[in-house]
Amino acid sequence: MSRFLTRLLGHSSGRIGGVIVLAYILIALAAQAGLTPYDPLQQFRIDRLQGPSMAHWMGTDMFGRDVLSRLMIGIGQSFLVAFSSVGIAALIGTLLGLTAAWFGHLWDGLVMRLMDVLLAFPAILLALLFIAVVGPGTFTSILAIAFVYAPIFTRVVRGPALSLKARDFVDAARTFGSSTSYILTRHLMLNLVAPLTVQVTLALAWSLLTESGLSFLGLGTQPPGSSLGLMLSDSVNLMEMAPWLLVFPGLAIMLGILGFNLLGDALRDILDPRSRRAVA
Amino acid sequence: MTYLLRRLITFPLVMLGVSVLVFVAIRLVPGDSITAMLGTEAGLLTPQQKQALAAYFGLDQSWLVQYGRWLLGVLSADLGLSVTYGKPVLDVILQRFPLTLELACLSMVVAIGIGLPLGVFAATRRERGSDLAVRIFAMIGQSTPSFVIGLMIIYVLSAGFGILPAMGQFIPFSEDPLGNIGQLILPALTLGLSFTASVTRISRSAMLDVLSDDYVRTARSKGATRRRVIWRHALPNALIPVVTLSGVEFGYLLGGAVLVEQIFALPGLGRMVLDAILQRDYALVQGSVLFVALNFMIVNLLVDLAYVMLDPRIRLGGRS
Repeated sequence: MSRFLTRLLGHSSGRIGGVIVLAYILIALAAQAGLTPYDPLQQFRIDRLQGPSMAHWMGTDMFGRDVLSRLMIGIGQSFLVAFSSVGIAALIGTLLGLTAAWFGHLWDGLVMRLMDVLLAFPAILLALLFIAVVGPGTFTSILAIAFVYAPIFTRVVRGPALSLKARDFVDAARTFGSSTSYILTRHLMLNLVAPLTVQVTLALAWSLLTESGLSFLGLGTQPPGSSLGLMLSDSVNLMEMAPWLLVFPGLAIMLGILGFNLLGDALRDILDPRSRRAVA
Repeated sequence: MTYLLRRLITFPLVMLGVSVLVFVAIRLVPGDSITAMLGTEAGLLTPQQKQALAAYFGLDQSWLVQYGRWLLGVLSADLGLSVTYGKPVLDVILQRFPLTLELACLSMVVAIGIGLPLGVFAATRRERGSDLAVRIFAMIGQSTPSFVIGLMIIYVLSAGFGILPAMGQFIPFSEDPLGNIGQLILPALTLGLSFTASVTRISRSAMLDVLSDDYVRTARSKGATRRRVIWRHALPNALIPVVTLSGVEFGYLLGGAVLVEQIFALPGLGRMVLDAILQRDYALVQGSVLFVALNFMIVNLLVDLAYVMLDPRIRLGGRS
């Protein structure tokens, strides 16, 4: 583990991505703990639409609420959606991919055809359809993003799992009488950690992007809650008068996605044996 | 070849699965479409009038009957009647599609026109300052959502130059070519720029792979000029992943760019689907989602075909 961390920190993308993601997580935790400069819902009526100042570092919005405080809460919200949705997608996708590869036959056919159907939709459309059925909201966007991403995890897991299944050490484990669940969790899963880690990081970037898009359309987090996409959508009609309402949430979304992308690139370089050899 | 054959055989089956999923999903939406269509006026209807309307739109039948009727209709290019537009669904879709198609094509021109040369340029200057600059640009571009780029462009233009992009009504190319391009250039730049980053990254890495191949070294040692080696020998082979990526992206764009259409107030397919979902226009959602999924799958199939055409190793049966 420490060797892995050393290599991650030795990779320039990994270092920068790691710092950004860590900073965002700390900001999100601080916001959850109530450590925002102001109450994110408190309205300073006299200070409406004020530019950045010493009192309000990122200015105030049209209701006189502190933008920095709302941004911190919004980052927390976006990260909550990103981590939960990707967690659910990875769990379901891994389960389906592993069992499809292991049991084969009818189950494999059924699972993979269903995934084909889900992958026949452009991702945002599938998320919209899901939200149409369940209704907008934070919890819904978590489920919608998980629903859209699970097929990708299923494919990412099934391919390598199929080739692992045919390997000698799995045959050996079977001969020794290891149970199916033991082989699946110990032998197959451990060998799938590398591709899964890379996929999870890239999925987090995508999830952050989708969450902000859904909130921007008014289908994710609902007011008076705060999320980065919602803040951007509030800024649309005020951007000429109050550009800080556009710039700060826009930058926050971009930096967050950048952090995960950089981390994903570094992880791929470190964990993918092909590129590791190339680097060596 | 067997791979392509399998793709062709499973194509109608996946489409059938898509149609079932769309049909069931839209019927799980809470509330009924008659109320959604009439809004507050629905309260003024007598139960008999409601029933008559439901019968008119075929909503009083069982799901299985409704699905069967719908599927039969789809097969004869009849996607039903949109309750919000009062017109056949296919007419509504085909009215919106030209804008989406044109926007998708223009965005691809922007993305490939900038991304490909930039990627090739970076690959030929590996590990130098200019390569690093291109990589940083691409990384930041890939991390910026298209709607953030779009909002920034609108802000810079309106605050800096007092220009506002033409929004609202779509100006067809055949009626006013200049007006049409003027209307679509900013959305196309927005969509194109966010995709440029991916094209740059993939063409850079594909070029790097190819440039270290033996045949490139052979061409160099035979005295071919640097330019000829790059553009004639290396690039055609590096194009394969670029084509794949661009094809998939094009398929996405044909589904309508909901967010960018929303920002620039363009009446494209994406916004139509969003509005149809919000207004519970069952027939329109069903029809348009099916239309988009069909486009998406056809483009993906064409990408696979192009892949086979471009790579002789696959064409000659090397793929096992």
